[in-house]
Amino acid sequence: MSTADIGELLQQQVLDALRNNTPLNICGGGSKVFLGNPAPLPALPVETSAHHGIVEYDPRELVLTARGGTPLLHIESVLAEAGQMLAFEPPHFGNSATLGGTLACGLSGPRRPYSGAARDFMLGCRLLNGRGEIVRFGGQVMKNVAGYDISRLMVGAYGTLGILLDISLKVLPRPADSITVARKCGEAEAIADMSALLSKPYPVDAACYSNELCYVRLSGSIQAVKEARTKIPGDIVPEAAAFWQALREHTLPFFHNNSPLYRIMVKPATPPLPLNGSCLHDWGGALRWLYSHEDVATIRRQVAQAGGQVSVFRGGAAGTDLFQPLPAPLLAIHQRLKASFDPAHIFNRGRIYSNL
Amino acid sequence: MSHHDENRISLLRSLQNLLPPESVLTDAEDMHPFECDGLAVYRQLPLAVALPETVEQIRDIMRLCHEHKVPVVARGAGTGLSGGALPLADGVLLSLAKLNRILHIDPQNAIATVQPGVRNQAISQAAAIHGLYYAPDPSSQIACTIGGNVAENSGGVHCLKYGLTVHNILMLKVVTMEGDLISIGAETLDSPGYDLLALMSGSEGLLGIIVEITVKLLAKPERAQVVLAAFDDVTRAGEAVGAIIAAGIIPAGLEMMDKLAIQAAEDFVHAGYPRDAEAILLCELDGTDAEVSEYIMLVRKILIGCGATEVRTAADETERQLFWKGRKSAFPAVGRISPDYYCMDGTIPRRHLPRVLQRIGELSGEYKLAVANVFHAGDGNLHPLILFDANNTGELEQAEELGARILQLCVEVGGTITGEHGVGIEKIDQMCVQFKSAELTQFHEVKAAFDPSGLLNPGKAVPTLHRCAEFGAMHVHHGRLSHPELERF
Repeated sequence: MSTADIGELLQQQVLDALRNNTPLNICGGGSKVFLGNPAPLPALPVETSAHHGIVEYDPRELVLTARGGTPLLHIESVLAEAGQMLAFEPPHFGNSATLGGTLACGLSGPRRPYSGAARDFMLGCRLLNGRGEIVRFGGQVMKNVAGYDISRLMVGAYGTLGILLDISLKVLPRPADSITVARKCGEAEAIADMSALLSKPYPVDAACYSNELCYVRLSGSIQAVKEARTKIPGDIVPEAAAFWQALREHTLPFFHNNSPLYRIMVKPATPPLPLNGSCLHDWGGALRWLYSHEDVATIRRQVAQAGGQVSVFRGGAAGTDLFQPLPAPLLAIHQRLKASFDPAHIFNRGRIYSNL
Repeated sequence: MSHHDENRISLLRSLQNLLPPESVLTDAEDMHPFECDGLAVYRQLPLAVALPETVEQIRDIMRLCHEHKVPVVARGAGTGLSGGALPLADGVLLSLAKLNRILHIDPQNAIATVQPGVRNQAISQAAAIHGLYYAPDPSSQIACTIGGNVAENSGGVHCLKYGLTVHNILMLKVVTMEGDLISIGAETLDSPGYDLLALMSGSEGLLGIIVEITVKLLAKPERAQVVLAAFDDVTRAGEAVGAIIAAGIIPAGLEMMDKLAIQAAEDFVHAGYPRDAEAILLCELDGTDAEVSEYIMLVRKILIGCGATEVRTAADETERQLFWKGRKSAFPAVGRISPDYYCMDGTIPRRHLPRVLQRIGELSGEYKLAVANVFHAGDGNLHPLILFDANNTGELEQAEELGARILQLCVEVGGTITGEHGVGIEKIDQMCVQFKSAELTQFHEVKAAFDPSGLLNPGKAVPTLHRCAEFGAMHVHHGRLSHPELERF
């Protein structure tokens, strides 16, 4: 696959935008454009997908460095050839997904509670900031406490702090074996079962509850999986990889629904939430997807009582706070951070919060 | 009386009103135990030491210091190795040691909420009845506190598999310089907004006072087993590390020691290390019983294939503990064979290990100071221990200069000046080598976003651009001094 470094071209676009005081809308593959608030007009698009290619990858170092516009599919196939993977199992939401967009949105798949989130694998980045400067934070090593952890701050910042030019990630070996078992049970029982697994030394790397079935994925060495199978009740699920991929990519039948979709974060052992609608549990109960017509304030109130937060993932009404609003002192820190990376406020204005 | 003195007296009087008498120390004699952290070459008495017992007291102290524009340096157990908790002469040293309660263990959600002064190991001890533990295990874990671990983003021998502090915490309660109490992160896995938890981890007390921590707990592995391999060549040992990882195995711990470190450790604790080996590797595997057995066989085969002269699996738990005791005692062991030692903490991409070790050997010869190397080999974190005698005039400075050159070498091969000990005051000049001025400016602005008045641990962790300009000049000067024809002592 071809590679190209258009960092300087992107830098020029930022400098032009600064001169003309034009807001910019950072566009990777466009696969996650539905997330967050739409760009207010008249933001100019900055296309990053031409800035692509793997810069460095040595499987023995467990580190991969690639340009932000590199297709996620390409990265995953190169890793797979070396028997490795992105252990946070990122959702793609389309074949055009890029590495930069994946990290900027900071989403993680079913493995997240057991292996870590996108942010946990971030090692370093080369960033084009809102002054048009190219700066480097972190590095290509796993332990690094020189300076604040700014590369990790970029994960989930939705491009509001700068353009991710190069990204270094920790990668991991793919497990030698993996099986999934499922059993029929009620929601409360599934929550209790999945939470109980947290204090068991089994090689669980995904657990979800969907359509009255509690699924548990066991991955690791051949012996580890074989041994753990005897301890988890349920039937072996055929074609399990396709099931988990469909969960990750929101293509399971559950996701064929036109109601607004809420992403609810709770502690995993939180009992079933008293909310109308249909609910699927991922992350062993810590992430609950809810299709509901209840208003967002009601949902947020109920979830807050359980100590959780809610974002509107799809189908949010105009003018709604899509992400969980922040308390005032935290928002003030966010605004000062935003101003320090992007003083002219040119990147992805309002994408997360209207005043950011 | 100057305005400065008046301000000082007024602050001390107010502090004494806020806290019980035994919680404010102002006499030099009482404050001596607080004059340094684990890096004892830097010492300074503060204006006062405050030992609050509650979050409300901390908020009051911060408001007071903010009002009087007096800087605050936070301190946990004082085991840090980079002078991060070194007091300031005109500042208050805020000890978090009395906030030492485990507030809540929640086994259903596998989390624990603790105060900052709780010792790292105490969390695992308290969680053990639920089959859970807190994974990061810095070697000072018997003494160091969790608040300090967050401030330094501490690692440990198991962080290749289980991550650093930043990977194992969920939420912090933080008191700002203005005395506000804020929550960062959440008890849930993701939290809204920017990842401020990442910024707080390793922020060395420059962004806020951490007053409560919610940590993740993990299920205790069923079994752990360690394999010891000896090599007659350091390069081969380095290759064996890569080969284990290339086989798809992530060991729980993967440590390397060189000859000088092996001999010092062996003489000290009699761990059964082969004294004549050039390098040893300790490879720990953990998981379920069957998994560990499977991987032990595989790892042994790889080690032999890579030319190990001897491969030993610990016969029982006692021997496993003994193998680790040797490694964990490496620092004090080196302390026995040299009047003083200076511990470095660079990280490098692992493939450069042979080149870096060879260059460290050359530098050691150039400076006529012996260097023992212990290495968290799995994640590339190198701890060269420079042996010296502070009673010999100029030797401390020589050791520091040698250390600085080793750190520069780490940066040159694509690594970093500190993997886990932090910058503190010790490595502040080396920050100028690793970062450009735009990057350092960004760090200062991150600090200002949390601490606009700049009163939290000022002068640590991030150098001013002015300081870097001076260091750059000095640096060239040293470069000229180290001219090969000049004799060095």
